[in-house]
Amino acid sequence: MRKIRGLSFLLVLGLFIGLLAACSSNAPASEEPSSDSNDNKNKNVELRIIAANHPWTEAIEPLIPQFEQESGIKVKLEKYFEDQLTQKLTTEFTAGSDSIDVFMIRPLQEGKLFNLNGWVADLTSYTGDSDWNLSDFTESSVNSLKDGEKIFGIPTVTEREILYYRKDIFEENNIEPPKTLDELYEIAKQLNDPSNDFYGMVSRGQRAAAVTQFSSYLYGFGGDFIVDGKAAIDTPEAIKAFEFYGNLLKDAGPPGVLNMSWPQAAGLFAQGKAAMYTDADSIYPNLLDPEKSVVGEKVGFAVFPQGPEGQTPYNVTSWGVAMNAKSENKDAGWEFIKWATSKEIVAELQKKSVPGPRQSVWDSPEGTEAFPEELVQVISESNKIGKEYDRPLVIKVNEARDMIGTAIVTGIEGGDVEAAAKEANKQFQQLLDDEN
Amino acid sequence: MNIIQLWIEKHLKYIFTLPSVLFVLIMIVFPVGYTAYLSFFDWSMSSVSPPKWVFLDNFKKIFFDDPRFWPAFFRTFYFTILAVVTQTVLGVAIALLFFRNFKGSNLVKTLFLLPMVSTPVAIGLVWLLIFEPSIGFANQFLGYFGIDPQLWIASPKQALPAIAMVDTWQWTPMITLITLAGLSQLPNENYEAAAVDGANAWQIFWKITLPLMAPTIFAAVLLRSIDAVKHFDLIYAMTQGGPGYATETLNIYGFANGFQYFKLGYTSAILMVFFMIVLIMSCLILIFRKKTEVTL
Repeated sequence: MRKIRGLSFLLVLGLFIGLLAACSSNAPASEEPSSDSNDNKNKNVELRIIAANHPWTEAIEPLIPQFEQESGIKVKLEKYFEDQLTQKLTTEFTAGSDSIDVFMIRPLQEGKLFNLNGWVADLTSYTGDSDWNLSDFTESSVNSLKDGEKIFGIPTVTEREILYYRKDIFEENNIEPPKTLDELYEIAKQLNDPSNDFYGMVSRGQRAAAVTQFSSYLYGFGGDFIVDGKAAIDTPEAIKAFEFYGNLLKDAGPPGVLNMSWPQAAGLFAQGKAAMYTDADSIYPNLLDPEKSVVGEKVGFAVFPQGPEGQTPYNVTSWGVAMNAKSENKDAGWEFIKWATSKEIVAELQKKSVPGPRQSVWDSPEGTEAFPEELVQVISESNKIGKEYDRPLVIKVNEARDMIGTAIVTGIEGGDVEAAAKEANKQFQQLLDDEN
Repeated sequence: MNIIQLWIEKHLKYIFTLPSVLFVLIMIVFPVGYTAYLSFFDWSMSSVSPPKWVFLDNFKKIFFDDPRFWPAFFRTFYFTILAVVTQTVLGVAIALLFFRNFKGSNLVKTLFLLPMVSTPVAIGLVWLLIFEPSIGFANQFLGYFGIDPQLWIASPKQALPAIAMVDTWQWTPMITLITLAGLSQLPNENYEAAAVDGANAWQIFWKITLPLMAPTIFAAVLLRSIDAVKHFDLIYAMTQGGPGYATETLNIYGFANGFQYFKLGYTSAILMVFFMIVLIMSCLILIFRKKTEVTL
């Protein structure tokens, strides 16, 4: 009996020790070997870089060993899907993590929030490097990562909404790509052939995802998300735009459009099941790649059509790179950012079809050689007329997108758009009030 | 006997229960308590301001001024009832079938349990392809019978039933499994007596099998209901609450508030309401069970 008690005592003790050990797993890690070379303090630094699953990341990843060799800095790259990226960053930053050094940031989606929360390092003092040359970046792209004079990120990818269409189908039917939204609707209806599983038009219909692609339609009808600081998604112009976008997809769109973000919509177009598609120009490689697409060479590009109140596609900086304000490797981090946004690398990336922010690269023949000639023209045309945001410029972007997306969904379902827009506007105004 | 040993012996019951008490405190009481505490604050990660004490404002907003809460609430129960009722009827029927040891029944049983061991997210992605309106198998299948293609999860009306269907596909085996275990423990005497009295199969099922099985089936239903009410992974993988808000249940709505809007106080309040609902539900079920036990 006594023996058993002794044993159980030991067992309990063992449990406790185990528990204690589990709780204190923050035991001092083995010391990093400190650098003893004075000539390069970045030696032995390992950067933790958090990136999105994006063509930019895919294009730059094979080039990173080159950077590691040149600088002696090691790079640990982690990749996440867009939504998970934001969650990952937000959670780590809220917890005060200093282990992230450099990360990809969506200026319009989270730039405002991250800057307000002080999670992004001020890069202004680094950007004076004349070799690297900040003034080569397009003004609108730099502005999207600026707070007053403070630069908190460097743009990497730019995007415009354009119209993709099927050249072969248009030729067969003897029609020209639409110049106005009215023509777009007419052509979409004309080419729509659901009994043969072919649709006149495809675009995003998923609640929040649709908002950015809807924005160019909204601007075309003379609307905007916010006018003079007030929510403006129930103005007559906005309601017309919601109705137009809804009718377009309802009358000539594919079934299941309500569940489509860009991967589904682009997939449908790439499978040759739609005549026209409006979305970001940066998606085009998915449509040309013979492995992903059966329509390849038949894809035509056109500037986003003119609405009743003008031709205003968005022209935004969709991605940039920024540095964690708490990073302990800021100099090394900047080395990476400088390298990744240098003229040479941007040119290299642009050869792999990632549209960058540097004007000199766009002006050089090698910068545009990867892009179809037609697309280059469409891009430079859109650059001139574009608006620099594709979603409301607020801190709580996700919430705002869900609100506005509700009206878009109602439009596609054929519901009461006006009532939905009024309700969405009420909530959106509330959100704006809360933020100010 | 030294003094430590004596002390331990005297307090053995506390010492042995301590690990589980600690576990409950750390993993259950603290999170629930902290969530309750947070629910009285306005705390948003998307602003630099510290949490602000607003007392019951969050709850007031939830009940009276939130266009998404009540629809999500009803959807949650619509989904639960739809899924659990179907699963119970099917599960019990299949268990009765499997209980007759036909040739190869063991193989069939094993195959039948496979959906249960698969990952919900992976299943969600596979069913996403099956439900695809233009090229998916579901519509092709309907086509064999001359039925028009359906929108499935792309239609606001069909989306939730479609997900309940996938849930049924995955979790019916669990009800079957529990019911089978119960069936194998039923006493033989009642059946012998019934045979002697000349009862037919139908009577035997309604008068003997079902009443005897009631507690087992009840336990299975309870387990499934709890699972279904807090259902998250399938919906998130398949529709993320869309189209529109058509499949947004309370959990999905809470997730959106917490991890997309970063409104932590408000999310806590939603989850507290959810917690209360589940608590009330469990109490009702327990009371109901006591009553049925008496009548048996």
